[in-house]
Amino acid sequence: MRASLKRLFHKIEEINHRYREPRIAMSRRVKAGLLFLRIYLLLLVCLMVYKFILLLN
Amino acid sequence: MNFFSKLYYKLRKMWKAIQLYLVIAGPGIVVMVADNDAGGITTYAATGAKYGYHLIWFLLLLIPAAYYVQEMTVRLGAVTKRGLAEAIFDGFGATWGWFSLVDLMLVNWLTLVTEFIGMTAALNIFGVPSWLTVTGVVLLMAIIVLNGRYWTWEKIALLFCALNLIYIPGAFMVNPSVSDILKHGLIPNFPGGFNGQLFFFLMANIGTTIAPWMLFFQQSAVVDKGMQEKDIPWGKFDTLLGSALTVVVAIFIVIVTGTILNGTDIESAGQAAEHLMQTDRYVGTFMAIGLFDAGLLGAICISLASSWAFGEIFGWAHSLNQNIKQAPWFYASYFFTLITSGLVVLIPGAPLVLITLFVQVIAVTLLPAALVFLILLLNDRHTMGDYCNGVWQNLIGGFIVVAIVVLSSLYGISVMFPNLFQ
Repeated sequence: MRASLKRLFHKIEEINHRYREPRIAMSRRVKAGLLFLRIYLLLLVCLMVYKFILLLN
Repeated sequence: MNFFSKLYYKLRKMWKAIQLYLVIAGPGIVVMVADNDAGGITTYAATGAKYGYHLIWFLLLLIPAAYYVQEMTVRLGAVTKRGLAEAIFDGFGATWGWFSLVDLMLVNWLTLVTEFIGMTAALNIFGVPSWLTVTGVVLLMAIIVLNGRYWTWEKIALLFCALNLIYIPGAFMVNPSVSDILKHGLIPNFPGGFNGQLFFFLMANIGTTIAPWMLFFQQSAVVDKGMQEKDIPWGKFDTLLGSALTVVVAIFIVIVTGTILNGTDIESAGQAAEHLMQTDRYVGTFMAIGLFDAGLLGAICISLASSWAFGEIFGWAHSLNQNIKQAPWFYASYFFTLITSGLVVLIPGAPLVLITLFVQVIAVTLLPAALVFLILLLNDRHTMGDYCNGVWQNLIGGFIVVAIVVLSSLYGISVMFPNLFQ
């Protein structure tokens, strides 16, 4: 079990290393697209947390 | 004589084109018809029951929307020879890659649960217990995928796609008024005014027509099928045909429930089938069979979308053309997703309604991300070369993507806060 987990973590590290640098050229358009995504996801996560708090109450 | 020889030549050329298409056909039709999954059938049945034929025009607008989004995955898959999950890792780095992969796994697993909910509800109508449905479905899907060939899997999936057409004779059996369909259905209108409830239904129809798993599935299927750049025109045609077919089926479902259950509030397709049974036994049976088929087709595709994505990233063998010995992790992840989601339905008192709603919320976190990545990847001239998005493709695709992002996000928010749009 421990060996399998170790292999899995090693594999994840390998994947992280392989895809460390984005290959796509970071033009202004790409940067704008990714910024939009970050803001969008942040807003959505905030909404979900708010909903979760409402449910708890 | 000259006329006949020309006619013969043209017919032969046409026949060869059809034969070529039949070889290429598959991913587009399968993904689009599988999009009419259990959740989709419920949405269309509820739309027809609530608004009659009045929203058919809106469904027709979804044909180009679905086509333009999905055809991008055909080009990206045929040119890069890699699935969308791997393309996101490669293009945008590991952080965005993991976000997409984990989100995809979660939304696919939850969607699979909803497919099982639909299938068990459909067969419960015929007195089949849920445990038997889940066991039977898992066994059937094991037989389908373990034959070791993509081609066979695809042809079986196409057979289930054909069964999805069962709603068409069902619609003819309820004797709808064609003049009413043409008068109320084809002219854009907002029944009862543009209120919050109508808006919710419009968003739900968009949400069920373009789902995140479809993008990942079609691109991986294009790669597994081995499509090349030269096959792109046929792949696009396949997608267009699939988009039209999925909306046609949706319209016939709306016609069925719009004719018999007009003005009724429907919460699930199973409930619609039970109501229809009371009016017309055969139409109700068709609805139940269609619901089971939709759930099965959805389950077949969604579980594969997850396994393909995992295989791409972890570097495991991940093709239906490989058997269980050659691709053990691919099949292990396939059955793990399938069996665990099936078991959830069997848990007494499991929060199935909550799961169904949660699917929509999680899907809106992934769909915009996947669409934005798709557009950006299609604009990478270095990789896409001549198949890069042109100005018009960007304008049309961009408009559709923005519209989908806005509407599906509002849908997700309305699921979380149902009173917001009332």
